[in-house]
Amino acid sequence: MLIEKLNARFGPDILAAESARGEETIVVSRDRAMEILGALHSEPDFAFNFLSDLTAVDWPERTPRFEVIYHLRSLTKGHCLRVKVGVDGTDPWAHSVAGIWKAADWLERECFDMFGIRFEGHPDLRRILMYDSFQGYPLRKDYPYQRRQPIVEEVDPITHPRRPSR
Amino acid sequence: MALPARWSQKLEASDPADEVMELQMGPSHPASHGTIKFNLKVDGERIADCDVEVGYLHRGFEKMCEQGTWTQCFPYTDRLNYASSCINNAGFAIAVERLLEVEAPERCQHIRVIMSEIARIADHLTCLGMAAGELGAQSVMFYMLEAREMLYDLIEVATGARLTVTWCRVGGVSRDLPADFGQRLKTAFTHLDAILLDCDKLLTRNRVFIDRMAGIGMMSAEDAISYGLSGPLLRAAGVAYDVRKASPYLVYDRFEFEVPTGERGDNYDRFEVRMREMYEARKIAEQAMAQIPDGPIALEDHRITLPPKDRVYNSIEGLMNHFKLIMEGIKVPAGEVYQAVEGANGELGFYVVSDGSGRPYRVRVRPPCFLGMGALGQMLKGHMIADIIATFGMINMIGGECDR
Repeated sequence: MLIEKLNARFGPDILAAESARGEETIVVSRDRAMEILGALHSEPDFAFNFLSDLTAVDWPERTPRFEVIYHLRSLTKGHCLRVKVGVDGTDPWAHSVAGIWKAADWLERECFDMFGIRFEGHPDLRRILMYDSFQGYPLRKDYPYQRRQPIVEEVDPITHPRRPSR
Repeated sequence: MALPARWSQKLEASDPADEVMELQMGPSHPASHGTIKFNLKVDGERIADCDVEVGYLHRGFEKMCEQGTWTQCFPYTDRLNYASSCINNAGFAIAVERLLEVEAPERCQHIRVIMSEIARIADHLTCLGMAAGELGAQSVMFYMLEAREMLYDLIEVATGARLTVTWCRVGGVSRDLPADFGQRLKTAFTHLDAILLDCDKLLTRNRVFIDRMAGIGMMSAEDAISYGLSGPLLRAAGVAYDVRKASPYLVYDRFEFEVPTGERGDNYDRFEVRMREMYEARKIAEQAMAQIPDGPIALEDHRITLPPKDRVYNSIEGLMNHFKLIMEGIKVPAGEVYQAVEGANGELGFYVVSDGSGRPYRVRVRPPCFLGMGALGQMLKGHMIADIIATFGMINMIGGECDR
């Protein structure tokens, strides 16, 4: 039912829609993602005011390689939706939704940290769980889980002050 | 040994009145029960800005889950929110069962509800006890720890372990409740009531405690929703969002319970919501215990659950069945599921993706306290340094879950 409403509202912008195991999923293109997510947040028909989760999945054999996945929930209407945005593997980036849901601030930082997907327009995109000098993106499928990292060199905090926060 | 050159550098004089000092608090601060760093900008004692640094306990949970079979993920989920590991176990099991399009037997679902609610009370006791202790109410802390011990004893008789239970399986639970569990539950809850009453008397109308909690770390309902807060943090702001009510899982829709909410969304409301939630959790556990049906505790579909040991040791089919399940894992059909459960700290979501092999393709956890920590900087702005402790305590950041 939600999918019919979405189809009526966004039409060809929805590249694919699926309803499986009681969950509804739509796939949208990266170019239109911002507009659609903004509309899903603010239009009273949808009112997805709660961003449950934002993450990515790496599919090295597919094009586009990454899927950025938004789990939305409306606390007023009580419905849920999964939105997928395909992101190309050579220069992975997506639009930041931190301006729509503040929760996206940290979730996008984590996604960047783990997958190396840049979120354009994010106010302060830097690693969050890993340290700054960590090499590579651990949740990509081509990152072996046993890889060793170089030892972090000791720095004098006075001569090399830490990067100031925003 | 030569002294570092900077020791002989002259410090420049500055006007202390308009000086904003940078202060790093943590990562191992004695008053913050968790490894976390606050990069503060303070104007005197007031916090002008607070940048929260997490990740010190990152173990690569999501990466490690991709290395083993689905069943081998359970020990990892224990170590997310280790104060209420039963809930994590159940959440992951439900997610995988939904991928398999099966449902655990009734008795198993009731057992999961009972254990989840016991774990929730234990988690709230940890949170409130520690927070009270950090604010100087040491006796409350020890009372609450005493109550928690009794609940851990219950968890121990039911699961065999106190903290890292690894007790759910895909399609069921690993062991049935002991015969006298109902009686044990009753005894424990009677003691719990007495202790909660004492703690209530010591804290709820305590002048010092109220002064430290009320009006601190406020967050409006609108902001709380936008920051993705859930659980007691969101309910304290007046939004009655509880996953058990909003999208019921297990058999939660059969039980009567209320969703306590606050009004102002400050630390005191968070304390009160947790306090009242313990009584609600108790109510649910008692109802589930009263309604629990007889029957199997796990599916008897041996593509999913292990065959009984006497068949493994006495028949070749049983042995092969066991071998295949252990070595290759459960064949979960390709697909994806997002399963949210109401963890002690809020919406605990498991997003699991399968590619049809015996191993998870992706396991993603939506950690409720990670988002709480994301909002902490905003909550603290304008407050005093000492308020960090109270606010941080009420978010109940559990390193294992926040950093995974």
